[in-house]
Amino acid sequence: MSFIISLLNSMPGAIAQGLIWGIMAVGVYITYRVLDVSDLTVDGSLCTGGAVCVIMTLNGVPMPVALIAAVLAGMLAGMVTGILHTACGIPAILSGILTQLALYSINLHIMGWGTDSGSKANLPISIDKYNLWVSSRYVRDLSLENPYLVLIPVVVILIAILYWLFGTEIGCSMRATGANQSMARAQGINTNITKVLGLMISNGLVALAGALFSQYQGFCDINMGRGAIVIGLAAVIIGEVLFSKVFVNFALKLSACVIGAIVYYIVIQFVLKLGLSTDDLKLLTAVVVALFLAIPYLKNVYKAKHVKGGKTNA
Amino acid sequence: MLEVRNIFKTFNPGTINEKHALNGISLTMNDGDFITVIGGNGAGKSTLLNAIAGAWSIDSGEIVIDGENITHLPEHKRAAYIGRVFQDPMMGTAATMQIDENMALAARRGKKRTLSSGITKKERESYREQLKVLDLGLEDRLTAKVGLLSGGQRQALTMLMAVLNRPKLLLLDEHTAALDPKTAANVLALSDRFISESKLTALMVTHNMKDAIAHGNRLIMMNAGKIILDISGEDKKKLTVDDLLAEFTKASGQEFASDRALLS
Ligand SMILES: Nc1ncnc2c1ncn2[C@@H]1O[C@H](COP(=O)(O)OP(=O)(O)O)[C@@H](O)[C@H]1O
Ligand SMILES: [Mg+2]
Repeated sequence: MSFIISLLNSMPGAIAQGLIWGIMAVGVYITYRVLDVSDLTVDGSLCTGGAVCVIMTLNGVPMPVALIAAVLAGMLAGMVTGILHTACGIPAILSGILTQLALYSINLHIMGWGTDSGSKANLPISIDKYNLWVSSRYVRDLSLENPYLVLIPVVVILIAILYWLFGTEIGCSMRATGANQSMARAQGINTNITKVLGLMISNGLVALAGALFSQYQGFCDINMGRGAIVIGLAAVIIGEVLFSKVFVNFALKLSACVIGAIVYYIVIQFVLKLGLSTDDLKLLTAVVVALFLAIPYLKNVYKAKHVKGGKTNA
Repeated sequence: MLEVRNIFKTFNPGTINEKHALNGISLTMNDGDFITVIGGNGAGKSTLLNAIAGAWSIDSGEIVIDGENITHLPEHKRAAYIGRVFQDPMMGTAATMQIDENMALAARRGKKRTLSSGITKKERESYREQLKVLDLGLEDRLTAKVGLLSGGQRQALTMLMAVLNRPKLLLLDEHTAALDPKTAANVLALSDRFISESKLTALMVTHNMKDAIAHGNRLIMMNAGKIILDISGEDKKKLTVDDLLAEFTKASGQEFASDRALLS
């Protein structure tokens, strides 16, 4: 009984965290599913978003401006990866890793802005002193401070904007690029530009998630993005496993990513309450994501063997 | 219309895989020319079409369309002038997008893409009408994902998309080779119809000598990256498969390499 109560108690926090990481998962969906590019920039740009937002807020910049700056910083990171990939011919995965690595140093410097050493690995920000939009402190309060009142509208608005964007001529050309690059070029689409654009949008969303998450947890940390890509993929895959049959509309597919992220954090709470150590969470997440990524492939291999075997036997 | 001047292309230069795929090709196409292209496997037919479409840059030579030198224009910019259908039916369409969305992509070839709607209601209605021409019932499946269509249906759709905004040049690369004979005949008939109705200028690669003779007003034969035969007008009408085989042996000093060519 106490197990269930403590699990229920952790639900508001898990769902709020899921909503924030859901924004990140939508960003991953745009690169991984729409553009068909595996982008590892996100592990760095998540922290970049947090660092930019927190340092600006600490220096008295109004929150909307800080959030926009965070998004722009993430987009810049995505642009660097995109240019490394398209203009410099470096494979997408490696481009992302390079940007991510560079961002590690850059993030330290952003967080250390104005300090003597000019570099910092952790930057706290207190809800008591600053006007933060979301904070875990109020996640169970029935008050105007409750983070849901910000997170739900933000998620809905973002999905609406993306739904509109991917229905435009530019959005359609991004989708075509991911679906069939040679076809896209034959139809006059500059696939280099669409890829850079997609990476920018994706990392802008990831940075926004980082900015919100830093406020939510009350600090920004240099390691907060470690493994973020895997969590994003987990959310995307959970969303697809649960809803791919019913959600065909693009807006619903994006919503499925957010729901996937929420389910992910609920499951995490569940296994933590069952006694799993937080140290082992990343191992568990990696194993689960690896399984889900491998299953469709292994299914095909199995099917192919089966069909072949059947033919030779006949 | 199209002016190809002495173009060369070597793949993997300086390695053991070095391949001189185009060895000084020159070709002048007049407005309304419908040229069929034949030649053995590896003769450089696809490479010639790719060079014109701009898949990569050529080593030397010039390509001019309607007086505009496009030699250094990237592929997506040349697309404004060129409609293409590939051999692989999967190549020409986006499987995860709807039929109407694919057509809308083709309709915007050569136009600036903006934040206005990727497909309008009006367009959708016009696509429905145009799809009827294919006679495959696709007009009732406008919002179906292209990945659900058969190879023949996809190739017919690609054909329609290629001619949607009347390109200056149509490039068809063995676009019926992967289809079953009946579907291949349908798609070929469709190509003929589009080309003559819209008075298109077209280059069609085919492995089928009979088709090469029966279609178009001019025929070229390629071997080892060169054009070894160029026949048009009355001469082409009188041509037979045996003539072509004899010409090939005479010009290249070897037997025609592709068995497929003899099949039909
Ligand atoms: N992208 C490429 N890279 C390397 N070699 C190529 C490439 N494209 C074509 N080739 C080579 O160039 C030669 C001509 O090929 P291709 O034009 O495809 O012949 P075909 O006349 O059968 O269409 C072949 O030897 C082929 O292997
Ligand atoms: Mg070929």
